[in-house]
Amino acid sequence: MSSSWINTRAWLLMLPLLIVMVAVIGWPLIDTVRLSFTDAKLVGTSGNFVGFDNYLKMLSNSGFQRAFLTTTWFAVISVTAEMVVGVAAALLLNQQFYGRTVLRALMILPWALPTVVNATLWRLIYNPEYGALNAALTQIGLLDAYRSWLGEPGTALAALILADTWKNFPLVALIALAALQAVPRDITSAAMVDGAGAWSRFRFVILPYLAGPLMVALVLRTIEAFKVFDIIWVMTRGGPANSTRTLSILVYQEAFSFQRAGSGASLALMVTLMVTVLAAIYATVIRKTAGAN
Amino acid sequence: MERRSLTATIFIHAFALLLAAVIVAPVIWLFVMSISSTADLTAKPLHWWPETVDLSRYTRLLTAVANTEGAAFVAALFNSLRVAGMATIAALLVAIPSAWAVSRTPTVGWSLYAVIATYMLPPVALAVPLYMALAALGLLNTVYGLALVYLTILAPFTTWLLKSGFDSIPREIESAAMMDGARLDQILRLITLPLAAPVMATAALFAFLLAWDEFFYALLFTSDLRAKTLTVAIADLAGGRVSDYGLIATAGVLAALPPVLIGLFMQRALISGLTQGGVKG
Repeated sequence: MSSSWINTRAWLLMLPLLIVMVAVIGWPLIDTVRLSFTDAKLVGTSGNFVGFDNYLKMLSNSGFQRAFLTTTWFAVISVTAEMVVGVAAALLLNQQFYGRTVLRALMILPWALPTVVNATLWRLIYNPEYGALNAALTQIGLLDAYRSWLGEPGTALAALILADTWKNFPLVALIALAALQAVPRDITSAAMVDGAGAWSRFRFVILPYLAGPLMVALVLRTIEAFKVFDIIWVMTRGGPANSTRTLSILVYQEAFSFQRAGSGASLALMVTLMVTVLAAIYATVIRKTAGAN
Repeated sequence: MERRSLTATIFIHAFALLLAAVIVAPVIWLFVMSISSTADLTAKPLHWWPETVDLSRYTRLLTAVANTEGAAFVAALFNSLRVAGMATIAALLVAIPSAWAVSRTPTVGWSLYAVIATYMLPPVALAVPLYMALAALGLLNTVYGLALVYLTILAPFTTWLLKSGFDSIPREIESAAMMDGARLDQILRLITLPLAAPVMATAALFAFLLAWDEFFYALLFTSDLRAKTLTVAIADLAGGRVSDYGLIATAGVLAALPPVLIGLFMQRALISGLTQGGVKG
């Protein structure tokens, strides 16, 4: 068979996928770009060309700047917490102890719980009048009076981050555990014979094996955290006083609650730009990891 | 295994216990809430285990009596099954031929990276035009429209998963059959696809779960019993004026049951998929 026929055949086989991708991803993305230069409404008027108006207004808007900071803060804190707790859990799960197999199996639970169910569960736990957190803290004596964890701007974002971390650290732990199991036993034993302490064994022997997979997990989790919508919408809808309003929530409000499709589209593209930068980092990391192996 | 001091052993078991508690406690609490009476849930100090076990909420949610929470929940359950089912089948139909083509034709491999890249796109970047298009086509608030939109997520994901599945089936088997005079469709139907059955099943399950968990598009594109999915129904319950917290918890338990069971049983396939994705990209 000639190679040109093999190539043509490959494209023919990919045609259905390509048509679907153009219809549901390619065209909408291009149309979002077009809309971002108009003052279109979600329903009714198709809008007029307004140039860079939407972008200029957005960049000088304090709501956007605040949402950007909230998103960054949410992503940095929750991802850092997930990585630290995840690696610690993986190191623990790599030890011998009773019930290890069961505990490893249980790690899948938070990951398998649908995000909306997780958000609902934590919303109930944080309930100001009857929530389990208030009850537990009061009963141990750490808290004098019940608090509205999601109702106060000072605690709402932290409460969200805790709920998000609980759901996502097991994934990091499972990835790190798989990497740990690839570390040859003789190397760690040899390091121990040479007198390396626990920390230097982790830092110089084990960490190099973890670095690649952890970098990938870090970047993927950061991208996910930057796009965060579901957990925040279900738990706080961006409140109280916009203290948990992230970029995706802001786009939702602008484009769908206020029906301003044009400026909503320009906001959405800013989020896309940020995610693309993170994805480019991801691609570089993958290439480096592949090269190292 | 290296020798460990007694203190270290005790430490490790203590931390393992702590980790187990952190993982399991919230999930158990969700279940306990679902079987506690309202009196137990609103008691101060809170009853951590109900004085009377109350299973009535499960019957209430799963019986479709008109204009009750049950009718809304059962409708949402069926909508979720239909949307996730249709989207999964459609995604596999377009993903199988392209994943095979990419796997066997390295020269078009770059197109796969373009497909995977779209998987990173935030849904907000597509939502406004998709909303307008669905409205124009009369597909807003229908299970078909939502299933179509879910292809934005499922098609790239399944293609990527199936491609690495096809990669692990030796081409030599196909070449041998070709030498013996088999046509391409015969090779695929009789040799490659049966060999790829396990990976196709895994891809189908993951695709189904992705659609089952999806919330953002479902929130935007559905508005009543005709198309609302479970995730939206639960968010409605949680955000509404329902004062029966046990009922919200029950809905959560029921919606979490399929993915949790699949997660526990498919652990091995899942973790190997995760780590492969981490290494291979």
